Amino acid sequence: MKARLNKLWWSLMLMLIALPGTALAAGGGGAPVVIVADTRKLDGVLAWWANLYNESHLQFTVLTIILIPLVGVIFGVIADIIMNHIGIDLKSRDLAEH
Amino acid sequence: MEWLYILMPIAGVKIFWPGLIILGVGVGIIGGFFGMGGAWMVTPGLNILGFPMAFAIGTDIAHMAGKSLISTMRHGKFGNVDYKLGMIMLVGTVVGFEAGAQMVMWLERLGSVEKVVRWIYIVLLALIAWMVFHDVAKRRQKEREAAAKGVKLEAGATGVEWHKALHKIKIPPMVHLKEAGIYCSAWLPILVSFLTGWLAGILGIGGGLIRMPALIYLIGCPTHVAVGTDLFEVMISGLYGAATYTYKGRTELVAAIIMLVGAAMGAQVGAVATKYIKGYGIRIAFGLAVVGCAISILMKLVQPWVPQYKALLDSGATVLVLGLVTCMSLYIFVRMVQGVQMELARKRAN
Repeated sequence: MKARLNKLWWSLMLMLIALPGTALAAGGGGAPVVIVADTRKLDGVLAWWANLYNESHLQFTVLTIILIPLVGVIFGVIADIIMNHIGIDLKSRDLAEH
Repeated sequence: MEWLYILMPIAGVKIFWPGLIILGVGVGIIGGFFGMGGAWMVTPGLNILGFPMAFAIGTDIAHMAGKSLISTMRHGKFGNVDYKLGMIMLVGTVVGFEAGAQMVMWLERLGSVEKVVRWIYIVLLALIAWMVFHDVAKRRQKEREAAAKGVKLEAGATGVEWHKALHKIKIPPMVHLKEAGIYCSAWLPILVSFLTGWLAGILGIGGGLIRMPALIYLIGCPTHVAVGTDLFEVMISGLYGAATYTYKGRTELVAAIIMLVGAAMGAQVGAVATKYIKGYGIRIAFGLAVVGCAISILMKLVQPWVPQYKALLDSGATVLVLGLVTCMSLYIFVRMVQGVQMELARKRAN
């Protein structure tokens, strides 16, 4: 029984690892909302960004996935520095359920 | 005042960018404090700012991934994240979510399910609100009983203790979850996360609103650990969601980044605020947020019966959600400032 349950456990783990691949193979749901972005009114970084979207959705996605955590961490760290500067202890807490 | 508006490169709409930062700060504080993504708050907010609905969801998920990353890091430093529990629950969440999403598609082929789904959502939110306030009432009752006996209730005591019955199930493999202080069968978090994932998949939501109380009441996590661990899950699912939505052309990254500027800072404030607010304070505030969310959905649901009030109910629901975001984030911020003042006063006295 224990061996069977362990086997089931590892099968589930394998399934989790394989799931994103399966989802990608399925090709996803609905059609894209904007197939080609209108770059005529844009300039500078915004125009470059829209052009990247038009040229390759994959590159655009990869860059998005890199930029989102990066921006989050940068501004989170800025908030950290400000709170540290104020003198807040950012490493421990005492409160429990009470 | 043209400089206050920015043209979104993909969606092609002009958006008031300071509004994005303000919305980001508000939902960042609430997300970092309660341990949820908060799509139910962000989507109406983005809609008001002029976003097409299709972009509102993708943009929300993208900013959510960034803000939950920074909140998870902060909660991790406080010892509020049980990474082992988070990884185990991820198995159930992913499988459950997929099962729920497939079920909705199957139901859609049978007929319109949107209304049914919304009613299920209402029932679920009512159940969660009941659980929270029932727990609070039970805990107060225990406090009164302890006071009558002349003793003080221990700090870790909780009102309802359903998790204790579930911990008696000893199906291998057993796991010890250090941060949560739990020793249970690995199947318990898997089953709970499968159920919450399945519900989230059916309802088309991130799931933080369901997972947070499930972590507390069914798995037995202390409130702070439930918040941190839930954020860890939101972070992973958010990154995956951001990738798929972006690939499908449903994310406006410029807006997500502008929101993230406010949300990353707000998330830090929310996470640090948990340091100064008792576990039960977090539970009560969470219960109120759930009630607000339920009322806003109810206002949408009753519209077919009172079509003459449709516009009023629509605006009312939006005002309610945004009012709730403002009040809650202000409350959390004020409590954090008060806590910081006390902490600094203690430091100066020592």
